[in-house]
Amino acid sequence: MEIKMKLNGKNITAFVDADTVLLDLLREKGCLSVKRGCDTSNCGLCTVLMDGKPILSCSFLAVRADGHEIYTLEGLQQEAADFVGFIADQGADQCGFCNPGMVMNTIALLRENPDPTDDEIRAFLAGNLCRCSGYDGQLRGIRSYLNFRKEGRV
Amino acid sequence: MITIQKYVRAQSLEEAWQLNQNSRNRILGGMMWLRLGRGSIGTAIDISDLGLDTITEDDEQFSIGAMVTLRDIEKHEGLNAYTKSAVSNAVNSIVGVQFRNMATVGGSIWGRFGFSDVLTVFLALDTYVELYKGGIVSLKEFAKMKYDNDILVRLIVKKTPVKIVYTAMRNQRTDFPVLTCAVSLINGEYRAAVGARPSRAILICSNEMENAGAFAEYVAKNVPTGDNLRASAAYRTRLVKVLTERAAAELGGM
Repeated sequence: MEIKMKLNGKNITAFVDADTVLLDLLREKGCLSVKRGCDTSNCGLCTVLMDGKPILSCSFLAVRADGHEIYTLEGLQQEAADFVGFIADQGADQCGFCNPGMVMNTIALLRENPDPTDDEIRAFLAGNLCRCSGYDGQLRGIRSYLNFRKEGRV
Repeated sequence: MITIQKYVRAQSLEEAWQLNQNSRNRILGGMMWLRLGRGSIGTAIDISDLGLDTITEDDEQFSIGAMVTLRDIEKHEGLNAYTKSAVSNAVNSIVGVQFRNMATVGGSIWGRFGFSDVLTVFLALDTYVELYKGGIVSLKEFAKMKYDNDILVRLIVKKTPVKIVYTAMRNQRTDFPVLTCAVSLINGEYRAAVGARPSRAILICSNEMENAGAFAEYVAKNVPTGDNLRASAAYRTRLVKVLTERAAAELGGM
């Protein structure tokens, strides 16, 4: 089937099977930040933004993206660059496999709620699993970024 | 994984219904079971173009389209003002925001999954489902019905004055619940909806509540429970008592 969508700001056309998942299409299109993790809608590694909302591309049919706008981390590097350094400073990236999904969902969080509390951060990122860090590092990193943005200091 | 031979975006409910009469075909919800499910679908019928992704509200009711997502009901101000955030509380531990942006109310209610927080909370409200051919039936009746080839069009929540409290037990946040429980007071009737028993949620009603403990005893006696890998039947029965009593006490049941 032919589908048309906007991927990272560019109009693309793709030919997919009825059961091709968006994750596979995006990786085929060179968006390798989109990781295959649990592959069962649970871990958040495959998070992308569709029309601005975070979704799990491992469980989303590519045909359903027809006519929609998809962003992966490749298209949002500038927005991500604002805060990923703060997360790295906390040593929270470790193996790095969960990072793209975590960063994508953090972008969605900060767009929806620019000044979240720690509990709101935890709740929003609850669908992003990390087997290295125990999550405190990511929380400290995001908190540092928010403090810096608000008060000009970490 | 579920495999799909053909994909169709239905342009009308009639077209979707006609296609759905073939037992190899399937109406698509959020597709959250795409990877964990098994089998082959002949034609996947997508009803995304039918305008069923909105919540409308008037003086009498909320009308929740089948393609409204769990995130939509989590954040809907009117629905959560009416239920004092019980609806939001019921869904906000389901996996993560991304999952809830995809999972649909129609898929959750149609599935009548045993573990469903969604079915549990709406059972405790004055809720009806609109089926394309079957018309409007109460959710209590729908929860007992067998699967057929009809289409769930929308959920209707009457604005009957209600007090409702939702609670659930999970081994850890974002996991499937071990037990779900919603206690409400509607038109002088106390209702306890209990799910993840682990079977489908059921509704136990009583016209009186002497106190929260007695009501919880009554509910626990009337809710059959079973074993699965998350908990034993005996543990669940204990949880029915504890969660019902807590919710009833919060509701104002002494």
